[in-house]
Amino acid sequence: MRLNYNYDGNIACKRILEDHLDKLKIEYHILGLSQIEINDDVSLETFEKLQLELDQYAIHIINNPKAQLIQTIKDIIVEIIYEKDKFPSTTISQYLSEKLDLRYGYITTVFSDYTYTSVENFIIIQKIERAKKLILAEKLSLTEISYELNYSSVAYLSTQFKKVTGLTPSMFKRIVDKKRLLSKKKIK
Amino acid sequence: MINKIDRIHILIADDDDEDIQLFNEALDELKMDSKLTSFKDGKVLMDYLENLENKLPNILFLDLNMPCKTGHECLREIRSNSRFIDVSIAIYSTSSSDKDIEDSFVQGANIYIKKPNDFSKLKKVIKDVVNMDWQYQSSGLSKETFFYSL
Repeated sequence: MRLNYNYDGNIACKRILEDHLDKLKIEYHILGLSQIEINDDVSLETFEKLQLELDQYAIHIINNPKAQLIQTIKDIIVEIIYEKDKFPSTTISQYLSEKLDLRYGYITTVFSDYTYTSVENFIIIQKIERAKKLILAEKLSLTEISYELNYSSVAYLSTQFKKVTGLTPSMFKRIVDKKRLLSKKKIK
Repeated sequence: MINKIDRIHILIADDDDEDIQLFNEALDELKMDSKLTSFKDGKVLMDYLENLENKLPNILFLDLNMPCKTGHECLREIRSNSRFIDVSIAIYSTSSSDKDIEDSFVQGANIYIKKPNDFSKLKKVIKDVVNMDWQYQSSGLSKETFFYSL
């Protein structure tokens, strides 16, 4: 038996959205014009599930919440490195996982996919960046800097410094001093 | 908004054809979204950079010993022009003396590479350099103190 039918794409799309948003227990408001509003506190995992389910109907969500997540991860890391009292007593991985309410495996995967580095490496790079600033400020000794940055020893700080820059802290300091002197001369 | 990383534009100035070819092959095998433009001496490199129609690269790999204009001369010229402030400069040299490394950084280089002697090391070096450079482009790190020797 052959049947003919007609349909309204807009209504079909709306029903599909309603069904899937309800199923994932996401609070929403359909605004029309291909726009819906959802609660900001929807977890990224739920959001990804939604995206995946809608894909089969060729409905694509245009916003990219991953970019937002990566920025948040970076912000949290920078915060704990620059404010000593915020440094977690547990591991950083556990701290990130709890703070973002996401599995750490998921956090590291998203981060690596978008940043050309890993979370671990980003932490090291940021710690060394702060170490550079502290070295140039000349207020703390290298031992005090290693304490400030939660390194177990000054030797460990030096090793990581060398890994990230290829230089020893003293060679680094000497280069910056000379470089600044040179640019002063150029200005004169 | 971060999209997948933009195409990376790399320049290399080296009078040794074989070195350029190896570099090109290594970059190809890394499958990064990149574009390589090469120059056989410092003079043609500077002509290219000073032409305002050419888009500035992300990273420049600079051999120190080149005819017409040496790498050091190029480095000084580039660093005295504020238009090139965002271009990372990687010195690509056969020397690994502390003095050469230190002088290059003082003159404004960001990266110092002792030319690797085998292909897999070369690949790793290029990857490490591009990855590190990306952090400086995307994470608010200070370019004044961007030194990476490897």
